Amino acid sequence: MKKLAKWRLFLLLTLMALILSGCGKPYLSTLQPAGEVAKSQFDLMVLSTVIMVGVLIIVTIIFLIVLFRFKRKDDSIPKQVEGSHKLEIIWTVIPILLLLVLAVPTVLETFKLADVSAMDKKDEEGNPEALVINVRANLYWWEFEYPNEKIVTSQELVVPTDQKVYFNLKSSDVKHSFWIPAVGGKMDTNTDNINKFWLEFDSKGAEAAGELFYGKCAELCGPSHALMDFKVRALPSDDFDQWVATMQGIEEPVQADTAKAQEGQEIFNNSCIGCHAVTPANTTPEAARQAPNLTNFGDRAYVAGILENNEDNIKKWLTDPETVKPANKMTDTYGDLTPEQIDALAAYLSGLKVQK
Amino acid sequence: MHAEEKMTLEKWPAAPEKQTLEGKNKFLGFWLFLGGETVLFASLFATYLALKDKVPSQEHALAEDLFEIPLAFLMTMLLLTSSLTSVYAMYHMKNFEFKKMQLWLGITVLLGLGFLGCEIYEFNHYVHEYHHTFTSSAFGSAFYTLVGFHGGHVVFGLSWIIILMARNAKRGLSLYNAPKFYLASLYWHFIDVVWVFIFSVVYLMGMVG
Amino acid sequence: MSTNAQKKGFGATVWDYLTTVDHKKIAILYMIAGGFFFLVGGLEAMFIRIQLAVPNNDFVSAGLYNEILTMHGTTMIFLAAMPLLFGFMNAVMPLQIGARDVAFPFVNALGFWLFFFGGIFLNLSWFLGGAPDAGWTSYASLSLASEGHGIDFYLLGLQISGAGTLMGGINFLVTIINMRAPGMTYMRMPLFTWTTFVASALILFAFPALTVGIFLLMFDRLFGSNFFVTAAGGNTVIWEHLFWIFGHPEVYILILPAFGIFSEIIPVFSRKRLFGYSSMVFATVLIGFLGFMVWAHHMFTVGLGPIANAIFAVATMAIAVPTGIKIFNWLFTMWGGSIKFTTPMHYAVAFIPSFLLGGVTGVMLATAAADYQYHDTYFVVAHFHYVIVGGVVFAVLAGTQFYWPKMFGTMLNEVLGKITFWLFFIGFHLTFFIQHFLGLWGMPRRVFTFLEGQGFETANLVSTIGAFFMAASVIILLINVIITSVKNEKVGNDPWGDGRTLEWSIPSPPPFYNFKQLPLVRGLDPLWIEKMEGKKGMTPAEPLGDIHMPNNSFIPFVISFGLFVAAFGAMYRLDYAWGLPVLILGMAITFGSMFFRSVKDDHGFHIHKEELTDDNDKGVKA
Repeated sequence: MKKLAKWRLFLLLTLMALILSGCGKPYLSTLQPAGEVAKSQFDLMVLSTVIMVGVLIIVTIIFLIVLFRFKRKDDSIPKQVEGSHKLEIIWTVIPILLLLVLAVPTVLETFKLADVSAMDKKDEEGNPEALVINVRANLYWWEFEYPNEKIVTSQELVVPTDQKVYFNLKSSDVKHSFWIPAVGGKMDTNTDNINKFWLEFDSKGAEAAGELFYGKCAELCGPSHALMDFKVRALPSDDFDQWVATMQGIEEPVQADTAKAQEGQEIFNNSCIGCHAVTPANTTPEAARQAPNLTNFGDRAYVAGILENNEDNIKKWLTDPETVKPANKMTDTYGDLTPEQIDALAAYLSGLKVQK
Repeated sequence: MHAEEKMTLEKWPAAPEKQTLEGKNKFLGFWLFLGGETVLFASLFATYLALKDKVPSQEHALAEDLFEIPLAFLMTMLLLTSSLTSVYAMYHMKNFEFKKMQLWLGITVLLGLGFLGCEIYEFNHYVHEYHHTFTSSAFGSAFYTLVGFHGGHVVFGLSWIIILMARNAKRGLSLYNAPKFYLASLYWHFIDVVWVFIFSVVYLMGMVG
Repeated sequence: MSTNAQKKGFGATVWDYLTTVDHKKIAILYMIAGGFFFLVGGLEAMFIRIQLAVPNNDFVSAGLYNEILTMHGTTMIFLAAMPLLFGFMNAVMPLQIGARDVAFPFVNALGFWLFFFGGIFLNLSWFLGGAPDAGWTSYASLSLASEGHGIDFYLLGLQISGAGTLMGGINFLVTIINMRAPGMTYMRMPLFTWTTFVASALILFAFPALTVGIFLLMFDRLFGSNFFVTAAGGNTVIWEHLFWIFGHPEVYILILPAFGIFSEIIPVFSRKRLFGYSSMVFATVLIGFLGFMVWAHHMFTVGLGPIANAIFAVATMAIAVPTGIKIFNWLFTMWGGSIKFTTPMHYAVAFIPSFLLGGVTGVMLATAAADYQYHDTYFVVAHFHYVIVGGVVFAVLAGTQFYWPKMFGTMLNEVLGKITFWLFFIGFHLTFFIQHFLGLWGMPRRVFTFLEGQGFETANLVSTIGAFFMAASVIILLINVIITSVKNEKVGNDPWGDGRTLEWSIPSPPPFYNFKQLPLVRGLDPLWIEKMEGKKGMTPAEPLGDIHMPNNSFIPFVISFGLFVAAFGAMYRLDYAWGLPVLILGMAITFGSMFFRSVKDDHGFHIHKEELTDDNDKGVKA
């Protein structure tokens, strides 16, 4: 049985090494919480882990004693023990107490995280107090609508730090799940109803994450489920307000500034604009918004949510979207484009910047 | 006592359905099966309640437009009476009166057929008068599935009783087939109980809205 | 008829197995079919781990990966774990309660063939246009959107095999209630019998919910209904409820028999009666009961609201209490015992900490607010593999080694068995322990690949390496089976030497009527009691007499085959003109053979006591 003991020691060391080796990436890991929701969830994780490790240690001690002390040495028959009421009561009552310690904060947190009563609050002038964002999940992209600010963006959610942000979640095709691990637990985007919840983005956490959190789809939704990522730009409140104002100021698409980009704009207007809007207003009905809004595409950090935003990757995506994101809805919706046309489109799209 | 033994009134036990081990096993197994069936219908009822009146547009008929109490009441009476007649049949089975048992089972079958006839008329009526079909709305799907599953049980129960009657017409009662008759009648009661719930939950509650 | 020693030709043996109603042969059929599907599911697992070994891998495509992950889950749960456990139940439970047969031998065979044809049907999807790809949970919006017939294979296949499982459950319940030997009271039943009993009750009340869910989805996909079509008033959350009302008890259907197997192994190799037998029974029943009240903890993120989430969170935590009772009872069975570390005991000992890890992560998952982080991540993947592999698969491997001599009359090699164990144990922890962290670091489950630079590379590679250990271990197990079968060294009644329950009081393998004379049971661990009083075997409870046995029948096979045919018809009804006739033909075969079965007299046959006395000498020496 020495082998087993050694193995367990090794396991413990691996565990320690893992814990020390880090808690994942600050922009992605639930173990580096960057907001009130993630923090309270992290605290629950720690509480439950502490209790459970306590249980594990007790069981392990009994386990090891059993293994070493009661190995068969001779052919004698051990005493047949029926049980022990005292012991059985102990290991019934103590777990109940431990679970109570865990259950109380669980219930409190569950109610706290579900509290969206402030969502519809209005100030004296009738303006909404809270920031509300409508999230619409699609195969395999995300739309973010700011109903009160009357703007729409996609793939890159922009939020202010250090205040509660409220979300309305829904899906327009199959069920997805909206998850920003470092900022807080997920909620499903159903096809049947609108789910509501809130998150808070911590400014310090945002700094550690380079102002860009990773978001993911957490419900199997089809072949490219793994690639249905989005990003979250968490800005200080003033910067956020400025971003909103800039977006609201855009009534015409951002104009191309080079000849090549102008050529690209023309192609875009012929082949792409039917699905992709390049103005942020939310005046068109949802059903008509069939693809990500590209108003500020050039400002975004990633193409299609997964490729770093540079012209090469834009070209890669436009040339063969199927390889980049299998079963996406863009493949084959536009005719064959020559490499020159793709170059021009890439130049145009890179120039779609609202923050100059 | 062997199951295939030729029986006389004197030898006939008080509980012929549970006299042999096979009979005992069948008796218990069938009760358990009905437990599972209860969960099946409970799931269907829950689905129906969740989808009641869930229709894609306002033109679709709702529960209060569709259901008519007189017909549903007639169907309830037919099925309740048939349950009673199957009790008579089992009473005669226990007294080793094969002919009388067959007679009451025959009446049970007729009442069951009457019920089925009403149900077919009813479905036909909804489809043609209200365009309320299996595929027209979630409400339609849930309604026809719940009531249709029950109707399917009625068909199966009737076939079962008819086959038993035909098969044993010349053989008479024995400890081999007594449990079979008993279980068929148990199944028939179960169908009846489910219908009482359908009558209350679908029709009565449908009328109230 | 009674000369079971006589050599049969290959064809006769096959026919014998196709028509058998003997629970011991049905057990072997379950083991073979379940073992086969276990290998298939294992191969799918290897594909999954190879694909995820490195970021951006293209070993399989995204669509194919989803098919593999769906089939891995579905196969392992429905076609491997449950049938293998059913195999043990069939092989051992009737012997443990001192019964000559199960209550419904015919239904028992029918249950097996339904499972078998359902499983074959499901797996034929690989060759007929693609397997299901919406996960084993097959959530309605995705499964309705899924193209091709993959999901239809899932629905029809599971419907057929599910019917078989339900029949098996009823059969076990009636057997345990009605067929116990004289003196075998409920509170003297071995724990494996108890867990079979509770698991069967769970099957009885849980499977109908799945049946309904599958019917609704099948109607939506194949017959145009609108249960889950939002535009027509449907609601996809209904599917989630129905699936998990079945799905959560299903976990206990799997784990309780596993607990049962370990509760048999630990006392035998500790030479000590099970500590706290009554509280073990109580805990088993309580777990089964609570198992029905917690299904919504799979749906914490669906948006059911804080009240539902809080209630289901607390109810889920409650299950930890009876499970904890069991862990301590096993430990204290060994405490003060005389432990012999045979291969089955290795698994039993390793099971305790492994399963405990799965149990504590279960409690962590029950904390609803924190579950919003764990849900649908690799943390969950790690959790349920710790429970199902660390619990159920360990139990199946332990049971295989432990009951092999009782089923086949020869012992699996202990050295190879221990190698299998160590490889599996190391591989298991290597594969799944690290996945807890992957989940916490932000890796969702059911992803066909992951991108570079998100910190998932090393951990995924470690996990894949672990999977190869497990694969190697299973290969060694197969070699062990082959070597053992070729050598075929016969063993006696009680090959482990310390058997405590009735199955060890009769020859290995037992004669087809099991007990020549029903044994008189005088307490818990009846054989142990007799041994301690210096007797060699059980005292008979009846004089030697004729034994009534059922006839073999080919009808179960035909009934199941009819449904198999009908399933093809139902599926291709809208594509081809032959669909509807085939559907009708299949149903005609099924109902026709049921009709035939009902009207035909089948009273079975009797073994006369003279034949039994002939057998006597053989039985003892064997």
